[in-house]
Amino acid sequence: MAIRTIGDSATTTMVRRRTLSETYLGQWLTTTDHKQIGIMYIVTAFFFFMVGGMEALLIRAQLARPDGHVLDPQAYNEIFTMHGTTMIFLFVMPVLVGFGNYIVPLMIGARDMAFPRLNAFGYWVLLFGGIFLQASFIVGQPPDGGWFQYAPLSETGVGCGLHAVQCTTGLNADFWALGTLMLGVSSIGGGLNFIVTILKLRAPGMSINRMPLFSWMTLVTSFLLIFALPSLTAASVLLILDRHVGTHFYQYSFGGDPLLWQHLFWSFGHPEVYILILPAFGIISEVLPVFARKPIFGYTFIAWSGVAIGFLSFTVWAHHMFAVGLPPIAQAFFATSTTLIAIPTAVKIFNWLATIFLGKISLKAPMIFALGFIGMFLIGGLNGAALAVVPFDYQVTDSYFVVSHIHYVLFGGSVFGIFAGIFYWFPKMTGKFLNERWAQVQFWLMLIGMNLAFFPMHLLGLLGMPRRIYTFPDNMGWNEMNLLSTIGAFMIGLAVMVFLFNVIASLKNGQLAGSDPWDAFTLEWDTPSPPKKYNFLTLPIVRSRRPLYDKKYPEIADWKTVTH
Amino acid sequence: MRMPVFRGAKRWTTIVTGVLLSSLLLAACGENSPSILDTAGPVAASESGVFYAILIIATIIFVLVEGALIFAIFRYRDRPSVPTHRQIHGDLRIEAVWTVVPALVLFVVLGFTIRGLFEVANQPAGKTVTVRAVGHQWWWEFYYPEYNITTADSLVVPVGTIVHVDLYSNNVIHSFWVPNLTGKTDVIPGHDNQKWFKADKTGTYEGLCAEFCGLQHANMKFNVVVDTPDKYQTWVTTQQQVALSPAGGSLAAQGADVFKSAGCTACHGIVGVNLKSEDDPAVACDNPAKACLVGPNLTHFGSRTLIAGGVLKNNADQCQPGDLKNCNLAKWLADPQGIKPGNDMVVNVTPDQINKLVAYLESLK
Repeated sequence: MAIRTIGDSATTTMVRRRTLSETYLGQWLTTTDHKQIGIMYIVTAFFFFMVGGMEALLIRAQLARPDGHVLDPQAYNEIFTMHGTTMIFLFVMPVLVGFGNYIVPLMIGARDMAFPRLNAFGYWVLLFGGIFLQASFIVGQPPDGGWFQYAPLSETGVGCGLHAVQCTTGLNADFWALGTLMLGVSSIGGGLNFIVTILKLRAPGMSINRMPLFSWMTLVTSFLLIFALPSLTAASVLLILDRHVGTHFYQYSFGGDPLLWQHLFWSFGHPEVYILILPAFGIISEVLPVFARKPIFGYTFIAWSGVAIGFLSFTVWAHHMFAVGLPPIAQAFFATSTTLIAIPTAVKIFNWLATIFLGKISLKAPMIFALGFIGMFLIGGLNGAALAVVPFDYQVTDSYFVVSHIHYVLFGGSVFGIFAGIFYWFPKMTGKFLNERWAQVQFWLMLIGMNLAFFPMHLLGLLGMPRRIYTFPDNMGWNEMNLLSTIGAFMIGLAVMVFLFNVIASLKNGQLAGSDPWDAFTLEWDTPSPPKKYNFLTLPIVRSRRPLYDKKYPEIADWKTVTH
Repeated sequence: MRMPVFRGAKRWTTIVTGVLLSSLLLAACGENSPSILDTAGPVAASESGVFYAILIIATIIFVLVEGALIFAIFRYRDRPSVPTHRQIHGDLRIEAVWTVVPALVLFVVLGFTIRGLFEVANQPAGKTVTVRAVGHQWWWEFYYPEYNITTADSLVVPVGTIVHVDLYSNNVIHSFWVPNLTGKTDVIPGHDNQKWFKADKTGTYEGLCAEFCGLQHANMKFNVVVDTPDKYQTWVTTQQQVALSPAGGSLAAQGADVFKSAGCTACHGIVGVNLKSEDDPAVACDNPAKACLVGPNLTHFGSRTLIAGGVLKNNADQCQPGDLKNCNLAKWLADPQGIKPGNDMVVNVTPDQINKLVAYLESLK
């Protein structure tokens, strides 16, 4: 038998039939590489972003005029339920997990995630969970009880109430409960994986207080995931038992309590809000310093305010429930905890401002989205603080004021942060720049569009328009503001089209980026674009918070001038 | 020195101010709206009183922070003339300042919050009317235990009197909201939630269900009719009577026969026809063995201002025998599922029967 040499493998592949994992498609299907999985997460999430976006446009089309006839009431309820569910569980969460997957190991100088197979498992569960949820449309019974699925509306007819009442007799709520259970499995796996990766696989010299802030925020988010999701899982399991096994956890006529659902749901739901925004805080904390040519201002404060937000986020859930009739003293407690959580958030905004002050700001695409994030998230913070003022909250909770608040936070905040991240890391992932000019067009369309869409909602709330209504009469004085809002929503839709066009065109003809196109500071830019499978040939040695800056500018390296 | 120009900044400023101003101008369009700022009672007044305080604080912060952001973008944009940037990593004193200052502001706001919270929670002593508000899918029923009267879609109260509301639902969660008079309190099965409000001015105020309660959540409305004490007393006295019996042989009397024969009584009750008295709906509806009327009690239907869960006005003047073109009640009887899809009202009546029913129901003042 001939001695096999390394060169032989090249000849054998020519004669041997390629295995699945060697074909292009098979390689994606079987990969455990964190970068490929990251891209799969991001692409999948964007697909669902389009789905959720179409749903948003249908909602706005229905509400453009009084007595709209675009959707019938049942379809409207399904569409607004699936808009929220899709955007939260199938867009913002996975796209941020995708960034974490791709960027965190590179950023901390690791060769992959700690558990690559668990990582792949998490992705596939997410994909099938997402398909399962959306398949409810094919069956004709999509969830229709809101993304919050309040019991007893989400119960079946039996025991949902006495006498003639209408609850959820179809499979609608089952799709929701089972779908979110699956997505929960994916998120908990992902959360554990991030925690172990970040705590155990950092490059030599990268102490926890030298870790990039995006990794910090991913770490906090991961803890939130593993502590918050069990509450949703419990709530969903109890709901399924009520619906199919004959238990009565949420049924008052049998001694259960509808409020149990709300407590369980919101003790998941409020940490969830921070799960959706903290990684975006992380992205902003990476982008601002690079494009202002300065280190982040107050690293420790940004990192620890993130941790503080994480802890406090478990103590504020009942501020979603000020109208349920809690005793005043309990309401005062939740108003206080909500006030407390606003402090670390304010600290972050001030630190970001200080980062760009006295800098040398380059208004490239990632930066304009990051700056837009600060401007818009501030509004979401201010109207959020207003919602914590309990007597005022009695008036505006469940009105369009709240719809405005969540969209300033989740669109002006998370989505702008996500786009900052995409424009920032796209060159790393693909080796090509996204087109700057189209990015500008997209930014202005989005900024104007979102303010047109969401600012009037403040006023609609003040003018007494409740949320989740499928129609409104002509004489309520809500017509103009609703029309404006619809115009804004379609501008956002146009902006997303511009973005898609930009991605396709840039993948084809984009300008080549090279390994470090932004003259950045962190380790992911110390690899070729896109990085090799093993990330780093030799593991980098880290001596400060900006290892690549140290490497490129050795005479003014951070480790020479500051101690941390 | 020439002002540093950032291409986008001017547009940005114009846009932001433009949107703010135009929105405020447009707010003038909402003159028919049940605005929470157009208050007609002490509860709503203390709720929006806090709003103005918060609005002022929030506006100051908004202007300062957005101003700083836009200033920084102008001032420190990468140009040849940009001041040399230094590698500043942080400053503990500044951090302390901007941790403590927002904390102080927020705790001042918290002070407002907690004061307002207890102000709204504590029902003052004084002349009180008690009402039980019952959330059905999808209409409101109001029961006055002192007088043993029941009405639907309209809550009639005297001016300047404290109204104590017991909130009851035997089905899903609803939320009781009258923006001009009071913020929301949820109506939760198994929870005996209470609230109070007081109207300082007579008039009619819009009420809405504010918790998603299923298919027709959008069309679960009511109004609060605030009358002078005299008018209110007259109204109560009228409501306490049994239903009027129409003169024999009249169109209305034929309508009464249709009411009894066409299946209406399965869901609706009229005192003196198929009901003995107007009982507390919560008692019947909380007991699976008892008959809880699925539809509104119609004893004094003709005196009501709204029908069909607040979707339609009860325009009795348009409902002349034989001329029902614009009569909302006739439209409702002809096609309840077209007007409010999914509601419990199922009717199968001929135009002739509708003519009779309208005459009967509108006669029930």
